[in-house]
Amino acid sequence: MDFNDTPDEAAFRSEVSQWLMQNAPEFTITADTKEQEFVAKAKAWQAKKAEAGYAGIRLPKDVGGRAGSEMESILFDTEEGKYELPLGPVVGIGQSMAIPVIRKHGTEDQLKRFAEPTLKGDITWCQLFSEPAAGSDLAGLRTKAVKDGDEWVVNGQKVWSSWAHHADWGILLARTDPTVAKHKGLTFFLIDMKSPGIDIRPIRQISGESDFNETFMTDVRIPDKYRIGEVGEGWACAMTVLTSERLSSAELKESESVDYLIELAAQTPGDRGTALDNDCVRERLAYWYSLEQGQKNFHLRMLTKLSQGSGPGAEASLLKLVYAQRLQQSAGFGMEIQGLSGLATSPSDHAAEEMQKTYIWSTAMRVAGGADEVLLNQIAERVLGMPGEMRGDKNIPFNELA
Amino acid sequence: MNFDLSDDQKMLAEQANKLLAEVSTPDRLRQLIDEKADYDQVLWQNLAELGFLGAAIPEEFGGIGMSAMELAVVAEEVGRYNAAIPFVSSVVQAAKIIELAGTQKQKETWLPRIASGEIIATLSTHEGAGDMQSPPLPQCRLDSNGLSGKKLPVADGHYAHLAVVTCQHQGKLALALVDLTQDGIQKTQLSSFDELRPFAQLSFDQTPAELLELDDCDSQQALYKTLNYAAAIIALEQIGGTETCLYMARDYSLERQIFGRKLGSYQAIKHKLAQVYVKLEIARSNAMYATWCLANNASDTGEAIAVSRLSALDAFETAARENLQVHGGIGYTFEANCHFYYRRERLLAGLLGGKSLWSDKLINAVKAA
Repeated sequence: MDFNDTPDEAAFRSEVSQWLMQNAPEFTITADTKEQEFVAKAKAWQAKKAEAGYAGIRLPKDVGGRAGSEMESILFDTEEGKYELPLGPVVGIGQSMAIPVIRKHGTEDQLKRFAEPTLKGDITWCQLFSEPAAGSDLAGLRTKAVKDGDEWVVNGQKVWSSWAHHADWGILLARTDPTVAKHKGLTFFLIDMKSPGIDIRPIRQISGESDFNETFMTDVRIPDKYRIGEVGEGWACAMTVLTSERLSSAELKESESVDYLIELAAQTPGDRGTALDNDCVRERLAYWYSLEQGQKNFHLRMLTKLSQGSGPGAEASLLKLVYAQRLQQSAGFGMEIQGLSGLATSPSDHAAEEMQKTYIWSTAMRVAGGADEVLLNQIAERVLGMPGEMRGDKNIPFNELA
Repeated sequence: MNFDLSDDQKMLAEQANKLLAEVSTPDRLRQLIDEKADYDQVLWQNLAELGFLGAAIPEEFGGIGMSAMELAVVAEEVGRYNAAIPFVSSVVQAAKIIELAGTQKQKETWLPRIASGEIIATLSTHEGAGDMQSPPLPQCRLDSNGLSGKKLPVADGHYAHLAVVTCQHQGKLALALVDLTQDGIQKTQLSSFDELRPFAQLSFDQTPAELLELDDCDSQQALYKTLNYAAAIIALEQIGGTETCLYMARDYSLERQIFGRKLGSYQAIKHKLAQVYVKLEIARSNAMYATWCLANNASDTGEAIAVSRLSALDAFETAARENLQVHGGIGYTFEANCHFYYRRERLLAGLLGGKSLWSDKLINAVKAA
């Protein structure tokens, strides 16, 4: 066990940190950066990274990657995280979802067509999986794709598509055969988001923002050459996407950390001096701090496993489970210790505002990318080897389900 | 970065596991309880012969000279099999504090005998109730007439050969080294909640004792370091126990039929055990990091140990309770194995202080960083 960099890691880290020092500052953003500017900067930063060979560090060279190690990728992300850069789904979906699925299930031509432009930020992506009636039970989706000559005709409604209004292409999961059991009748497509028949409507979220969209598709035509994998292979493709999503760890925002909350408590008046002088406050903060550290240390263990060549299994589910639950609890508590000022903020009160935002956002985190309950089932079944749930839809053709 | 045990450490774990699985069986534990044995002498002898007792004692004092990480690896196996041995008292706490605070001569005299298992030593800090980070100056006093006063509860105190006792000396906290085999020490065995880890009350009356004093060594510092060290090692003992509880509950839930299906097929049970698994892995990750910090003198060692202690307390507490719960009525019987861990969990929580105390320590450490 050794938490220090190996000589190779140290050399790579220093190379990266120098490159970032020279190049990152002109791309940084602030809380006031407008959406259009954010997207433009995100693409430009992606292009800059691609040019220097830092985009797609783990991807092979023939698709424009660096063919680097898992550890190099982590080191780059860590150093990159020290700057306020325009990262996130607008460029992230392409790299962490689209390219991996095309690489694993697609053809050479498809990879050639999409990998490099995606790495350079020329093509951005959105994910068209969830539907109003298919969330945790994703395979119950209803969007239909019907073959018509060399094309597929798509009809249906998708939801929770992050940044779809800025995306050039989408990764789409659709039903191509309703007469077989639901997991078996799905096929995976790449869809040009500028195609006629696509209507994107922003969702008014409880946060007041509109990061997510509903995407309606009416007779949208997709050429067969943009089908990924075989007809009926869609579920396997979707699993590839979801697996690569599981370990891509979003860098924690400073205001989400327990450190931030400890500092806030130390500055908030309480009955015995500050809020942090109250032992009940200390005990709760200490508990969340231990969870946060545990999540970080567990993540490092998973990365070690990856770098040794054994991919993380279902146990990696616990990362988001621990993070999202802790986030909701600690942010709610952060509001509480501030008393009424945690609820009614003056314009200069950034800390209280951050707590409120986090408290709202944590609800999405507990659902997105595997709801708490789904993740617990995954751990119970795949890690502990306990029985699967009793199901009412097993081996029943989709069109015969109630 | 590499967050995994080395091959040597894995081999060590395997050896310890093999021995403990063979000797420290549940039936053996039941036998020890029925016989009111002080500890499992057979197991202790075996561990001594394989060198495990001296794992972390420096080579110049008769040990193997390995780091805290290797000792932690052994502690995990001790916890897994709920071993009835004075491992923490003798090998972890007493050996460490003598190493930290003893003179060259004191170390030469005692450490080799602890390493070989020839003597059993213990560390005695308590004088009655209270779970405190900064207890008041002990009542027990060492002066030119010897050591006088009462200590309780003292782990393994009625049969240990040697004790390091916190006391006051010239108005300051001091550490006294007492040979417990001498006459004139009144020893009363207490009724111990964990029947496999006995405690005693020791009364000294002008008992000959010597100060444990390395030049310039601050007793408070030595004690603080020893208890932190013990917390890091015991975290692995707690994790070993947690893992046993988790899989004992899982196995039982797959055997037991209820309403025409396996108990383990109910989501209430699946989620319960998945949550124990999460706590286990969080605790393990934190404990591995803390022992690494300890072995490498990292700057955040104090914080890492407090984090590790808190998660280990949380994991074992939940696992021990829910394991018995999943077993239902059978869990309440002496024949089932749940109760060993249900009791041991409380013991390990009480031994170095519970969540309130360590939460406080952690917040102090974070603020100081």
